[in-house]
Order: sequence, then C-alpha cells, then structure tokens
Amino acid sequence: MTITRIVALLAVIGLGVSPALAQISDGVIKIGVLNDQSSLYADLAGQGSVVAARMAVEDFGAAAKGLKVEVIFADHQNKADVGSQIARQWYDAEKVDLILDVPNSGVALAVNQITRDKGKAFIVSSAATSDLTGKACSPNTIHWTYDTWALANGTGTAVVKTGGDSWFFITADYAFGHALERDVEAVVLKNGGKVLGKVRHPLNTQDFSSFLLQAQASKAKVIGLANAGGDTTNAIKQGAEFGIVKGGQSFAGLLVFLTDVHALGLEKAQGLTFTETFYWDMNDKTRAFAKRFAERNRQIHPTMIHAGVYAGTLHYLRAVEALKSDDGARVIAKMKEMPTDDPLFGKGTIRVDGRKIHPAYLVEVKKPAESKYPWDYYKIRATIPAEQAFRPLDQGGCELVKK
Amino acid sequence: MATTDRYVGATLPAVTGVSPPHVVAFLIMTTALVAAPFFVYPVFLMKALCFALFACAFNLLIGYVGLLSFGHAVFLGAAGYGAAHSAKVWGFPPELAILFGTGAAAVLGVVIGALAIRSKGIYFANITLAFAQMVYFFSLQAAFTGGEDGIQSVPRGTLLGVVDLKDTLTLYFVVLAIFLVGFLLIFRAIHSPFGQVLKAIRENEPRAVSLGYRAEQYKLLAFVLSATFAGLAGATKALVFQLASLTDVHWTMSGEVVLMTLLGGLGTVFGPVVGAFIVVTLENYLAQLGAWVTVVQGVIFVVCVLTFRRGVVGELGNLLRKSL
Amino acid sequence: MTIFGVPTQALFGQLLIGLINGAFYALLSLGLSVIFGLLNIINFTHGAQYMMGAFAAYFLLNWAGLGYWWALLVAPIAVAITGIVLERLTLKRLYQLDHLYGLLLTFGFALIIQGLFRHQYGSSGLPYAMPAELAGGRNLGFMFLPNYRAWVIVFSLAVCLTTWYVIERTRLGSYLRAATENPALVQAFGINVPRMITLTYGFGVGLAALAGVLAAPIYQVNPLMGADLIIVVFAVVVIGGLGSIMGSIVTGFGLGVVEGFTKVFYPEASNTVIFVIMAVVLLLRPAGLFGRAS
Repeated sequence: MTITRIVALLAVIGLGVSPALAQISDGVIKIGVLNDQSSLYADLAGQGSVVAARMAVEDFGAAAKGLKVEVIFADHQNKADVGSQIARQWYDAEKVDLILDVPNSGVALAVNQITRDKGKAFIVSSAATSDLTGKACSPNTIHWTYDTWALANGTGTAVVKTGGDSWFFITADYAFGHALERDVEAVVLKNGGKVLGKVRHPLNTQDFSSFLLQAQASKAKVIGLANAGGDTTNAIKQGAEFGIVKGGQSFAGLLVFLTDVHALGLEKAQGLTFTETFYWDMNDKTRAFAKRFAERNRQIHPTMIHAGVYAGTLHYLRAVEALKSDDGARVIAKMKEMPTDDPLFGKGTIRVDGRKIHPAYLVEVKKPAESKYPWDYYKIRATIPAEQAFRPLDQGGCELVKK
Repeated sequence: MATTDRYVGATLPAVTGVSPPHVVAFLIMTTALVAAPFFVYPVFLMKALCFALFACAFNLLIGYVGLLSFGHAVFLGAAGYGAAHSAKVWGFPPELAILFGTGAAAVLGVVIGALAIRSKGIYFANITLAFAQMVYFFSLQAAFTGGEDGIQSVPRGTLLGVVDLKDTLTLYFVVLAIFLVGFLLIFRAIHSPFGQVLKAIRENEPRAVSLGYRAEQYKLLAFVLSATFAGLAGATKALVFQLASLTDVHWTMSGEVVLMTLLGGLGTVFGPVVGAFIVVTLENYLAQLGAWVTVVQGVIFVVCVLTFRRGVVGELGNLLRKSL
Repeated sequence: MTIFGVPTQALFGQLLIGLINGAFYALLSLGLSVIFGLLNIINFTHGAQYMMGAFAAYFLLNWAGLGYWWALLVAPIAVAITGIVLERLTLKRLYQLDHLYGLLLTFGFALIIQGLFRHQYGSSGLPYAMPAELAGGRNLGFMFLPNYRAWVIVFSLAVCLTTWYVIERTRLGSYLRAATENPALVQAFGINVPRMITLTYGFGVGLAALAGVLAAPIYQVNPLMGADLIIVVFAVVVIGGLGSIMGSIVTGFGLGVVEGFTKVFYPEASNTVIFVIMAVVLLLRPAGLFGRAS
C-alpha cells in the first residue's frame, strides 16, 4: 500500500467522524428492512421495500450531506420468533438504528416491543393492526401507511354511502379477520346499512364456493371480504366463476393491494372496491416515482406499502439531519414534531400516538377495457380527508395520549 | 418383522451404559456452552439451546422407540402458550410459568399419546400429524392465544424472586441450566432399565411382550416423556423471546425438528444438539436469502437421506467406532 | 323445507360443491395411493407436483401458446417425466429401508421445489384464464353451477374409474397388483419390476399434475398451492386405506361432501373435520375404511 493510499484512506475515515456527525452512533445510520421476502407478503412488501428505502436514501442526498447511511434487509419468514431474533441481533450486535416495514402484525408487535426496550426507532408500513397506535403504542414507533381501522372505515363508509347498504361478510376465522369484520360492521350500521349474514372460513382456504353460495343466497348487495392475501384473491376469482358480480352483487375487499389486483387480472378483479392510501398513478410526482421504482423492482409497480417505506425513510433522515443525532426516541419525537412533506403522500403530520396522518382513497378496479397501459388498474372513487381517515386520537387507548 | 433392520443398515447404537466418550463429549459440550455467550450473540445461543432440547426430546421417541411423530410441534407450541399466558395474564413467576407450560404439554402428551400409541410406522406419523393440525387450528381460533398475533410482551420476571432475568447473560445461564438438566434427564432415561425395555420393544415387540413387558405402557411413557421435554423447551423459548406464536404449533415446525434430529443423527445422544445448532445457524445466516431458506432445508433432507443416514454425529461415531 | 335451519335447496348446492372438491381429493389421493401401493413410499412431494402441473399449464400457455386442452394432455406427461427422473436417481435407493426415509426424502424435495418456484415467481400467484368453451354456467334452480365445475366432476370421475379399471380388471393391472404382493416372484416370471415401479411413480405424479391443471383456472397458480393440501390428501388416503384404489376414490368424493356440509353447519371446523375423521378411523380401523389389515 502506497503512502498516498494510506493518506486517502485516513482522509475517508476522518470524514466519517467529522464533528457535525459526532452524535451519530459509530458514524453510520444503519437501516434494516425486516419483512417477508419469500412467502405471502413477498410481492406487496419484500424486496420492493428494500428498493424503496434505498431510493429514499439516495433522494435525500445522504452522501452529499456527509451522512453515511447503510440499508440492510432480512427475511422474517412470517415467524414472530425469527423476526424478534433478527431485530434483537440487529440492535445489539449490528448497531442498526431503524427497522422498517415489517408485515405480519404478530411480528410487528414483537419488534415494536423490542425497539422500545432497546431505545431504537421503528417505522411500520406493512403491518395492519391498529393496536400499534392503540394499546401497544410506543414512543419509538411510527405507523405510517394504513391500519385496519382506516381500511374498515374508508371502505365501509364509502360503500354504504354509494348505495351498498346490505352486507354479507366472508371472514377469516382468526383475530385479524374478526377485528376487521367487527370494525366494518360498526361502520356499516352507523351509516344506516344492515348486515344480512356472515360466515367464518379457516385461514388459507382454497375453495370458497361453499361460502360464496351462502353469500349469493343472502341477496346482500355487498360481500365484504374480511380476509387477506391468497384468501381474498381466491374468493374473488371464484366469485367471478359463480357469477357473483354479474348477478348484481359486488365485492368489497378490506385488505387488497395493487399486487393482488395484478395477480388476479382485471377480468376477475373488475368492480372490486377497497381503500388505499397511495396509488402510483395519482399525479406526476407519484408517476415519476413509480417509473424509477419499477425499473429497479422487476417492473412491479409500488404498492402503498412501498410508498410508506420510502416516505417514512425520507422523513426519518430529515429528522436525523435536524437533530444531528440518531438516538431512537429523540428522532421519533422529532419526526412527530416536524410536519411531513414528500412526493408520495404530500403534506402531513404524525400524531403523538405514532399515527401518520394523510388522506385515504376509495378505489375501484377498472374494467379491462378501461385500462389503457400496464398497471393502469384503479379509478379513484372518493377521497377520505386526512382528518377522517384514521381513528380519532382519543379512541385508541394509547397511553402516550394525555387525557 | 424387525423394523430396525431397515433403519440405517441395522446400526442403531446399542443402548448401553454411560461410556467414557459420552463423558468426554459432555464435558466438551458444557465447556463450549459456558464460554460461548462471550463470543457469540447470546439470544441466538438461547434459541439454539431451546431447539436442541426440543430435538433431544423428539429423538427420545424416534431414536429409541422407533416412532416418528410428525406433530411434535404441538408440545413445543402448547407449552409456549401455557407459559406465556400464565406469566403474562396470571402473573406467574418464570419458574412456575415454565412448570405450568411443561405440565400442559405433558397432559397433552398423555391424551394424544394414549390415542396414537396404538398405531405404528406411517400410521403413527399420520395420526400425530392429524392431532397436530387439530391443535393448530384450535390455536388459530382460540381467544387466549391471540390468533396470528400470538401472545406478545411476555414478562421474563425474576427467577425464584431473586434472579432478574431481564439481563440477557443471566437469562442465558438459566436457559443453559434448563437445557443441561433436560439433556441429562433424557440421557438418564435412555441409559436406564426403562431405556433397555424400550430398546427391546423397538427391536422385537412381540418378544418383549411375551417376556411380560407391557409394550404399550412403556411406549406411552416414552411418548409422554418426550412431550414433556419438548414442552420444557417450548416454555423456555416463550420466555426467551417473550412471545408465543402460531409458528411453534405449525406442522413445518414438526418438520424442522425431524430435520435437526436427522441431520445430527437419529438415536445418538449428542446428534440432536449438533443438528439443532447447525439448522438454527443456517437459518440465521440464510435470513438474507429469502426463499432459499426452504430450498437449503430441502437439500439437507435429501442429502441426509441419500448419503449419510446416520447424521453428523452418527457418522463421526462410526468413524471413531464409538457410540456418541 | 329446511334441515337444521338450512333450506334443502341450499343443501343440494352444498352437496354438489362438496362433490367438486371431492373430485380433487379423489384425483390426488388416487395418485398417492397408487404410488404407496407399489413403492411403499408416502410421496410427500405430491402437493408440489400438483403445483407443478398448474405451472406447466401456465408455461404452455404463455411460452408455447398451447391452451387448456393441450395442457390437460402435455402438462401431466411433462411433470410425470420429472417424477420418473426423481425416482430413478433417488427414490429407488430407499426401497430397502424403512418407509419413513421415503417420506423424509420426498418432504425434502417438496421444500426444494416450492422454494425454487417461490423464488422465481413470487407468492401472489399467476392468473390462468378459464377455457372459453367452459366459461359461464347454468342455473339449476337451487344453485348456479359454473360449467367448468361440472366438467371437473365428470372428467375426474372418468379418470378415476379408468384407473381403477386398469388396475383391478386388466392384465397389466394384475401384474401391478402381483408385484405389490410379491415383487421377487413377479420378477422371476420375467417381468421387469423396477421399470414397472418407475412407471407407476410417473403415473401417480402425472395424476397429481392433472389435478393441478384442472385447478389452474379455479385457484391462483401459486407456488404454495399444494403445500397444505398434501396433508389433507394424505389424511384422505389414510382414511380410505393406504394402497386401496377404490378406497381413495370413494373417500375422496365422500370427504369432499362431508367437508362441504361442515362449511354450512359449522364452518369453523371445516379445516379440521377431515383430521377428526382420520383420527377416529385410525383408532377403530387402523388399516382404513377400505384397507386390508396386514
């Protein structure tokens, strides 16, 4: 090694510990994307979330600002113990400062607790449970994109208001399904609709024909699918076969993502309504993002989860920059204090319970004839204003909220 | 029909008394485990220890009775739920929570065992799998398990009112102690007159029966013991990770413990421990690789079955001409 | 008129639906059963091979432009060939060992295949269109029956009965049955038993793939579509009696119906009912409903 090289190396090391960044633990901001890379949620989050986080780091201009940011990722395989072990190891041994994404409510709740114990930071995009800003809320966690309450409220209200006033629920028979069904039912009843019946199906059901037949017999106008992933897509696909939509009934999905619609194809998915907080084809900024994103993610366009990861990372880095520190609780506090502004969700705020506030959209899947280009899937039927989109602050039971 | 001839070319280890290689290997293992947390991340080690105990318990059944249970995750998971629920909701101290969880697994072992033990071979594998599926769907739907969220934020508490388990290193040594006690008890069971009878039943059940041994009772006892130790592992794991979840009752977990035991060596004393450490390490490093985790597990299964059915420790023992 | 508060009309509908699901169980369990009968191996890869059948149909359509009807013929043969390779290279080395090793090996292969497909094609599944000839449906008065579902029942019943006929009533089948009983003796009569075993495995795998093609237009073509199904089918085979051909067919359809009714009367249990039945059957008749006690 020549002298010049050594000097150059020393200079680089020197840059890493320049005084402005003295508060950054070991000179590097390390971001860990922890999600499902291999099964149920691999397409709607997965590698796409890693791409989104990296794009946020680049767009923030971390390198130019002298901040060293590193993005790593791991697969929690939807197992809470695997996820919690990775989280502990990241925080303890690998000096990770922020964990991102984390689909699967079970894993997210575990990481939420660990993050709090270790005094680090956690930004949730994928996990749905509204407990994260309710009874499990934490000064170290921000829930960015959506939650079960927002989905139930958005879809329930809008569908009833547009004439879908009688419902039949096909519900996944476990806590998540029950919670969704309960929330939507309350909204439907509040808006003057009625529930004609419900049926509970086990998780990961292949065949929905039996349940669809019951839904058909109920003559309800709307069939609410209080389930997720493969269960939702299978129900919709078979619904098309049994002529549900042709017969004048319609499906309301309670947890559907862009990638699900893509997998179903418009022929099967047309007419489905549900709630999203982001759609790539809303304005020039989102389209520009989607184009860059798709190029780096096997042409898969961004879901609202990817958008949430991007926006959350951007806001996090801004807070770190403002604070000149990466101390978990302080950064999260700073994030709540600063208004948010990003190209994907626009201007917004973060509440004291960790809930990120932005508008939500009721979307309807286009007919095949209406779709003009690849991934042209949604019509936006209604915008739910930010102040109505999420559960009111005083109803979550979060201990951080002063009574 | 002597089923054992068809295992591993009739080289299942003879169940004899404690031999010098056992003592040496045990000392090496214990020393390594005491020193390990100062070099390796302790939470990772605790996970491996829990699985090692789980695999040892499973091995008691397949290695020494010749019964393949394809639903052993039930005991791991049920004990986890028992321990987590009693610690979190009823406020049990850790020692009682672990006891309670282990007891729950034992009771479940008696019930399932009494029904399953009458069948053999593939039928036995099937019926345990059927029960496991039933317990899985029960856990998914029951209120106290928290469905797919699981039971979260389980307090670790203070052991016997003195030792604070919040400190990771302290917890590690407690877990190590639990593992060693479990390991030695299983070892003791195998190398006792009881173990000899099990061996006799495995080799030739009709003959054992004609000698006056009640084969079914012995098998049931072995099954319950196996379930109990699997439960001990599950209850401990729940406290280590502070959660109990569906993962531990799912049938893939039952598959995983078969993998660990097979890889380490069926019917060897140390095999399951080695197998568990290898599998847990692999999972840890493969977490970056996504879908490749299952591929690698599959490859291990295939390679083990095709080329070294004795497992790592079994092959090593064969090489050294010692039973390990 | 109602039965337990459910209109009889609706029950007819559920009965029919049950038969449709039973058709899949029957096809899959038949393959599993044929393989077990001759090879003494529980083919845990069956679910993965079912999935491969559906994927093969998808590839044929998107790569070669061959539609559903071609897929029905080509996909099972293609998947059967992969099965034959598997048998030649690995499975045949285990015949002298305990059944359990076969189970573990095929379990390993299932993990590998599912992992690879998942890595390559993601997890949300790929769409496969219904063949135009079978789109739509007819109103039977008590229910709307999609044409495709009717086709599934008829077609799989035909395949099942043909298989049964070939094995139980033809000369080829008699060799097969004889080889199951006493391979050494059959070999002595100059019949190439190893080749017969290989072809049988290929045939069983082909049946699984055929079920996969049938399933493709109804379910998502998904790398994990067979992962949990294998356990249910496994239970069906055990209830019918391992190795019993007719047992698999009857039990397959029968359990489909039972499961269908459970979905109406007590949907929470519809995933477990088959396992409950299996446990009861194994306790009362360890060899299964149609199996002979060994």
